[in-house]
Amino acid sequence: MIRADVLSKHYGSLVAVDGISFQVQPGEVLGFLGPNGAGKSTTMRMFAGFVPPTSGTAEVCGFSIEKQPTEAKRLIGYLPEGAPSYGEMTPRSFLNFIARIRGLSRRETAVRSEDMIERLNLAPVLDQSIETLSKGFKRRVGIAQAILHDPPVLIMDEPTDGLDPNQKHEVRQLIQSMAADKIIVISTHILEEVDAVCNRAIIISQGRIVADETPSTLINRSRFHNAVTLKLDRKTDLDDITQQLQDLNGVEHIEVSHKTCTVTAFPKSDASILKGITDLAAIKDWPIEQLKLESGRLDEVFRTITTADGAA
Amino acid sequence: MNTIKIIAARELRGYFATPLAYVFIVLFLALMGFLTFSLGGFYDRGQADLIPFFGFHPWLYLILIPAISMRLWAEERKSGSIELLMTLPVTMFEAVLGKFLAAWSFTAVALALTFPIWITVNYLGEPDNGVIFAAYIGSLLMAGAFLAIGACISAANRNQVVAFIITIVICFIFLLSGFQPVLDFFSGWAPQPMIDAIASLSFLTHFNALSKGVLDLRDIVYFLLVIGAWLYANTIILDMKKAD
Repeated sequence: MIRADVLSKHYGSLVAVDGISFQVQPGEVLGFLGPNGAGKSTTMRMFAGFVPPTSGTAEVCGFSIEKQPTEAKRLIGYLPEGAPSYGEMTPRSFLNFIARIRGLSRRETAVRSEDMIERLNLAPVLDQSIETLSKGFKRRVGIAQAILHDPPVLIMDEPTDGLDPNQKHEVRQLIQSMAADKIIVISTHILEEVDAVCNRAIIISQGRIVADETPSTLINRSRFHNAVTLKLDRKTDLDDITQQLQDLNGVEHIEVSHKTCTVTAFPKSDASILKGITDLAAIKDWPIEQLKLESGRLDEVFRTITTADGAA
Repeated sequence: MNTIKIIAARELRGYFATPLAYVFIVLFLALMGFLTFSLGGFYDRGQADLIPFFGFHPWLYLILIPAISMRLWAEERKSGSIELLMTLPVTMFEAVLGKFLAAWSFTAVALALTFPIWITVNYLGEPDNGVIFAAYIGSLLMAGAFLAIGACISAANRNQVVAFIITIVICFIFLLSGFQPVLDFFSGWAPQPMIDAIASLSFLTHFNALSKGVLDLRDIVYFLLVIGAWLYANTIILDMKKAD
């Protein structure tokens, strides 16, 4: 278990992290979300033992990161923001260095390195210096370094930044394959990623936790949750259909976009309007090109939560 | 101990992965040769010793050692790899000592490559090899002291050029405090104990004693203390500034 207890970090008068508390259990994949400068990286750095907290405590499997840093660091695999490494080294020598400093035996090193090279497709660049690698390879070398010793706690700051969609997919699969018995904390800007790999999401804004839920409940907070969007063939019927939707039972309000020729009907709380709309559409033979039941929009929830907090 | 060795080995290999190491060694040997034979008048003196050779060491180190030490921490901070290093199960002390030992071993290699001059002087005459050995030890210790100062300054600055210049200035002060013209300046008015104190702080005073062949424990301890003190300061500065 890792635990933050009223953890704070001040830089002079700037409050980067403002007394946050949370716990993560094995099996949880926690996604840290938040605007730039919200305190995500600082929080992760405090857990990794790079930045000392101003007040409060961070604990990794019972070890205080301040009082027993070496013991705690042994249990953590950490990918710093930007995946820094030693540019003049090759991925092979770099992984060897990490393995030795983490005290892996020669056999473990060979087996684990082999595994990392295969899982992260590092084979083509093994003997090339890291500074000459593409952003995607650099990032994957950083990830390999973090999970080389098979740590029970994995903290990764933007693990998929700079990867192409295929690589992103592979890294997400890698994270999920390790998720069962590990504590995994990742930070990301990509909201779909939270939905794809995390089973818990914490949104941080201005150094404070403003939401701590599963991604699906977070999505349910969206005003688009259970809304129905229709895209029509032609604009001529738009006003007429809008009017009829407005009168439908359970519909709270309607939003129309003439430009894209779409109508979105928002339900009253907990009301289900999909059936009413499809029935009506069938009877009236509306010229529907597309019909979509919205599950909710994470980016909209994110914006609402983080900007509402900013206004407060 | 093992961790220190791993860090030092990685660092040392890093020197030889870039042209820096080769450029440094070639420059060091070329300058050393030039100074000894041209300015030092190695042949003209007609004496079988290496006094003209070792006499230039402090001044050559003054320029060349900061060039090695400036990157020690400044580069780690600039590239962000310091975050990686400091989140591995490594103590600050191990990291500082490991990197310092790498730089020190590197200068030891450069110094060891001056061996032809030792052979030359033995070929030409019959020098006191004990004195030469002591002088080599003294030179290595002095290089260590320069490096420790440089490492500490490098930790305080993200910019390598700034680290280079500040290191030169501080090393210059440590050297000059034992330089005769400087001591003469004080001897006019300052009390003798103060002059002695200033002189005793100097690298020159202690190095000169060692290079005359006197392996005095006090001189050795002096250099080790200087190294220890600056490395200690290095860990403190690093602790304060690593995440800036």
